[in-house]
Amino acid sequence: MLTKRIIPCLDIKDGRTVKGVNFENIRDAGDPVELAINYAKQGADELVFLDITATNEKRKTLSELVTRIAKHINIPFTVGGGISSVEDVSVLLNAGADKISVNTSAFKNPQLINDLANQFGSQCVVLAIDTKFEGGDWFVYLNGGRVKTETKTIDWAKQGVALGAGEILLTSMNNDGTKDGFAIDITKAVSEAVNVPVIASGGAGTMEHFSDIFTSGKADAALAASVFHYKEIGIPELKKFLKTKNIEIRI
Amino acid sequence: MKIAIIKYNAGNIRSVAFALERIGITPIITDDADEIRSADKVIFPGVGEASSAMKYLSERKLDEVIISLTQPVLGICLGVQLMCNFSEEGNIKCLGIFNQDVKKFSQTEGVKGGLKIPQIGWNTISDLKSPLFKNIKENSYMYFVHSYFVELGENTIATTNYGINYSSALNKDNFYAVQFHTEKSSDVGQNILENFIKL
Repeated sequence: MLTKRIIPCLDIKDGRTVKGVNFENIRDAGDPVELAINYAKQGADELVFLDITATNEKRKTLSELVTRIAKHINIPFTVGGGISSVEDVSVLLNAGADKISVNTSAFKNPQLINDLANQFGSQCVVLAIDTKFEGGDWFVYLNGGRVKTETKTIDWAKQGVALGAGEILLTSMNNDGTKDGFAIDITKAVSEAVNVPVIASGGAGTMEHFSDIFTSGKADAALAASVFHYKEIGIPELKKFLKTKNIEIRI
Repeated sequence: MKIAIIKYNAGNIRSVAFALERIGITPIITDDADEIRSADKVIFPGVGEASSAMKYLSERKLDEVIISLTQPVLGICLGVQLMCNFSEEGNIKCLGIFNQDVKKFSQTEGVKGGLKIPQIGWNTISDLKSPLFKNIKENSYMYFVHSYFVELGENTIATTNYGINYSSALNKDNFYAVQFHTEKSSDVGQNILENFIKL
């Protein structure tokens, strides 16, 4: 049976791993390649690298980093952050990335999703959505959570999949950095609304949070950063725990 | 040993090269017919869309080269599908090495709550029957990313379940094909690549 996936996320700034709280207060968390190798050895199912600098002059640094990662790890990885064109994606996939994620640029130009899916296949196009619960509903936020839109998260997720996104990476800004658990309601709603896998992100603090998001939240994968970086949860222990909860997992 | 990776308009070719480098082999990535024919082993990888890939291969007559090869050939992911008769993806006639058609996972065939397509993630391989799987345990987890599949048949050498049981690996004569990504399937994937190199 297809397993649920555990995905450590590494935020990258100027070629280093960094970690913030609620999208702010960024601090250094080590060399991305070293961390990636370590995670792969511990049993991570996949990795996500989000480049939070993502300015044009940093592009080359990023594609070099992607190649270093691809040379060293034997599990799949996604690269995101500031990707806005077919050309950007082509460079990263050629550098060795398995998938790419698009966020703000896709919202502003939905046709980009379609172009990427046609050119490279839906399987490598991840639509990242930052979402926040406000005034009774979940809305899409852009630019790393700084800009609110009036679009409901469910609507954008459906549209993105219709355009060709092969996976949704859903980050709840209300939960991110809190360690109080993933956003179960919106994850479940999105997972039931689309027929592609949904990766839940934001809020992981305990092993129970992971089992909850897989069962109640109907997530296909769960992404976390700080609990893994700061070794608050070990991936082998987490996977053993999930197995005891009868969740299909690769050990 | 000379290992050739067939170069064409599909993704993840470098990933396969990196995986070989991790086991101490430097492959050549080429679309040159003579280079491919003279290799000891040939790998036919790929992530992408079937009909545009077939078009690219036939324009360069690489389709004829591939079917005429006599050394061990390993197709990976899209490579598997291109080695079959016909693909529903773009409704295209393929290489016809395996006498099977490639179908799309159906939403209705699915598991409880509906199948998500593509299948993305780690799934098990079982009923392993080939030297390709020497020392590989039954129900090992491999990494899959695909929307199209090959049914079970006489060439099936590994079975996976996603809604239905299907061929996750095939073999006929010198041709081997795996639907999962050996190059992304951790140590087990690496062992399968090593087995192929030793065939």
